[in-house]
Amino acid sequence: MDSLNSDVLLALPEIALLAATSAVLLISLYAGRASEALAYWLSLAALAITAVLVDFTSMQPELFAFGEMYINDPLAVAIKLFACLTVATVFIYARPYLRQREHARAEFYILGLFATLGTLVMASAHNFVLVYLGLELLSLCLYALVVFERDSSDASEAAIKYFVLGAIASGMLLYGMSILYGLTGSLDLAEIHAYLGNRGTDSVALVFALAFIVVGLAFKFGAVPFHMWMPDVYQGAPTAITLFIATMPKLAAFVMAIRLLSNGLQELLTDWQQMLIILTVLSVVFGNVIAIAQSNIKRMLAYSAISHIGFILLGILSGSAFGYAAALFYTVIYVLMAAGTFGVLSLLAQPGRDLDRLVDLKGLGSYNPWFALIMLLLMFSMAGVPLTVGFYAKLYILQSLIHDGMLWLAILAILMSVVGAFYYLRVVKYMYFDDADEQFRLQRSPLAHTVLSVNGLLVVALFIFPNALLNYCMQVLN
Amino acid sequence: MLASLPILSVLIWLPIFGGLLVIPAGKVSVHAVRWLALFIALATFLASIALLGGFDAQQHAMQFREYVPWIRAFDVYYSLGVDGISIPLILLTTVITVLVVIAGWGIVPGRIAEYFASFLILEGLMIGVFCALDAILFYIFFEGMLIPMFLIIGIWGGPRRVYATVKFFLYTFFGSIFLLVALVYLYLQANTFEIAQLQQFHLSAREQYLIFLAFLIAFAVKIPMWPVHTWLPDAHVEAPTGGSVVLAAIMLKVGGYGFLRFSIPITSYASEQLAGVIIAVSLVAIVYIGLVALAQRDMKKLIAYSSIAHMGFVTLGFFVIFALFAKAGSSAELAMQGGMVQMISHGFISGAMFLCVGVLYDRMHSRQIADYGGVVNSMPVFAVFFVIFAMANVGLPGTSGFVGEFMVILASFNANVWYAFLAALTLVLGAAYTLWMIKRVVFGAPGNEQVAALTDLNRREFFCLLVLTLLVLWLGLWPAPLIEIMDASVVHLLHQAQLTNLR
Repeated sequence: MDSLNSDVLLALPEIALLAATSAVLLISLYAGRASEALAYWLSLAALAITAVLVDFTSMQPELFAFGEMYINDPLAVAIKLFACLTVATVFIYARPYLRQREHARAEFYILGLFATLGTLVMASAHNFVLVYLGLELLSLCLYALVVFERDSSDASEAAIKYFVLGAIASGMLLYGMSILYGLTGSLDLAEIHAYLGNRGTDSVALVFALAFIVVGLAFKFGAVPFHMWMPDVYQGAPTAITLFIATMPKLAAFVMAIRLLSNGLQELLTDWQQMLIILTVLSVVFGNVIAIAQSNIKRMLAYSAISHIGFILLGILSGSAFGYAAALFYTVIYVLMAAGTFGVLSLLAQPGRDLDRLVDLKGLGSYNPWFALIMLLLMFSMAGVPLTVGFYAKLYILQSLIHDGMLWLAILAILMSVVGAFYYLRVVKYMYFDDADEQFRLQRSPLAHTVLSVNGLLVVALFIFPNALLNYCMQVLN
Repeated sequence: MLASLPILSVLIWLPIFGGLLVIPAGKVSVHAVRWLALFIALATFLASIALLGGFDAQQHAMQFREYVPWIRAFDVYYSLGVDGISIPLILLTTVITVLVVIAGWGIVPGRIAEYFASFLILEGLMIGVFCALDAILFYIFFEGMLIPMFLIIGIWGGPRRVYATVKFFLYTFFGSIFLLVALVYLYLQANTFEIAQLQQFHLSAREQYLIFLAFLIAFAVKIPMWPVHTWLPDAHVEAPTGGSVVLAAIMLKVGGYGFLRFSIPITSYASEQLAGVIIAVSLVAIVYIGLVALAQRDMKKLIAYSSIAHMGFVTLGFFVIFALFAKAGSSAELAMQGGMVQMISHGFISGAMFLCVGVLYDRMHSRQIADYGGVVNSMPVFAVFFVIFAMANVGLPGTSGFVGEFMVILASFNANVWYAFLAALTLVLGAAYTLWMIKRVVFGAPGNEQVAALTDLNRREFFCLLVLTLLVLWLGLWPAPLIEIMDASVVHLLHQAQLTNLR
């Protein structure tokens, strides 16, 4: 009884979020016309409560629950906090867009909350089954969100692609897990780790299983060559949904990679390192090069996301706590930048017309100087230019790579970031150097404007005061 | 009271915050913007004068130190200080910025607040480059400078501004990437980003070569050296007058400064071994680029090429020292001082030349030499200034252009007669392209009706050019104060260059 009590206490954030989401679901069913507004505010409250509970139940260094299936460690806490914060921000940015489109239905927030729950479960998963459950909960919500605008053929196409490819990837992951289960007789990450430590890793079947797991991971990340869904989904989904897909799931993918590769399969480091090197090189090169050719800004940002994912994987592949911390820092910073960028795009959308071509940004600097400046900061940050925090993210990864003797990877990655600078500069060029063809009026929402301004200025503020976040990332992955 | 003030921080942050303050002033009135910008630029200039006043030229050690931990995770310190090498460059920056603000007073169409803000922020960042004693801090300022310059050229530039500014940004960004990799590598070896400690760190020969090359790519693009100079003519031609002035007068010097702070002391062995290559490339720049300048039809492009040739003197002076250590006497010191004097003098002369072209461009909206002719008839005062600066550009004795070139040529003579011979060709080529341009633009009968109708300098333009004339003549007639300021630091640097720092 005692142990069950403490188990439940430990998993309180997830339980609370589940209860709150169910409540929102029920309330919105009967609330009639007010359902959307009610769902919005209740969702924000649910996220706030969850975040408080996460902080309240945070454990040093770690505690297990439910027969070691569930882990509560600093990494889980960090990911959960960032996820709640990100989702709340996304909701705030997305609401004016959704209201304008008359998609304003409570389902958006409910699906978003369930997806968050999936991420929370993954963050605390210490067992293959739980990882998979969290992942599926997240993924299914995302599929449904993509097709949120159900009349749009683009969105339907994107959703079908996403669903089919995502199902295959989940299958791959599951297949890899089942082989591992056959070999080690366990689904528990710690037990697998111990088994590999005792019995050695000299087995073809192990590498075979590992390959499937890495493929599944790469798909969820969107690393080349498993990136096919990203450009279509980013472009096809309504901007507010792209905003969601481009941000929070990256945190989930990161924590999944750490749980599987580091907590479970650290003994196979040399094997998965090789695989990740191929993925990162391809992602960084293709992502940056193909992004240059895009005329649709959402598609361009999809390819840019692929290259950023390459950088995150570059941190992970070092296999050291230093590299993981660098990757976590990069992920958090990327999510911050992506939220801001898509936030601007989403708030500038017009009724019936997204701002999604690059040329739509023409002259933004003259008719909306403030948000053009925010976008400028975000673009320079994505390019990794100093005076913005994106520079530290790249510097951190670079340090971890050179530290581990992978100088050539470091040079390649950073050369590709010069290529990347080109298309970020082009956004600045359209905003500042060209005259406007048409003006995109910003949707009215003081709250969203404030949060977005803070989001953009954080890019500079974190540049000047990076210590807290850097140290936090280091502590989390000590 | 002054002694307790962190004067270097004031120099960096006053223009940056001032620049941010100028933007909201744009909502009030154009007058408010102008006066505020001028006030901030002047205040910064006065602060730099105070810095000079408190500077002790007898020591080579860094002065006005500021040392605060900044990013603990990366061991980065907010570490500032100046020596005799950085002081003249800081003064150059503050003087030129005041002039650029004055020159931009009436000519900028639209977005005037952002224009001044960009220049002021740029000034703060450039001063930061010259003060930073932490390698990452240096890199941050070094790269951060690109953002305001990118916007200055892109927003206020000429018709092909987008091409020029993107080329400028990507070229420099590409170059500095290698600097960053080298710095991180050095950090992991030496466990510090403090430049002074990196300078004492011992590396293997192979490491030295690779790091030297990484530094070289970064600084060669910035200064720029042949054959990575091609961004400069484009950037200069398209940039607004103020942008060209800052670019030529200050930003190019950052490359030269990088050689002195990083390449020569940190990788002294590799510098010594590869000095021949740098000298050869410098001589190519002096001779070949001089010939290229001869063929230009666009005044700004001509001055841009002349800048590259003059920067060849700087790199020649810096790297010929390795051939001079074996020789008796102090010719190595002469060479390095010559390079430094050349940097400062070129800052004034090229800035002045671009201002002159700006004066003409404001009236005629053309930079083509062929569109002018006989300007002296309608603008006699302007013609006097233009000819003085042209003479300085040629290196006429009595102007600052002469001092640096003469020192470098004299020193190279000791190293190798042919170095001196080739370098001295610039006196011929420089005279040829500069004077030929002057002949076609200034003298003769008025080329067309527009030229005949030109109005002479207004008071603002007159003031800018007068200040620069005085500076050029002062440095030309009495360069001793400048040389005294940097003497101790140069001697120390030469001493460092002689240690091989090999592991």
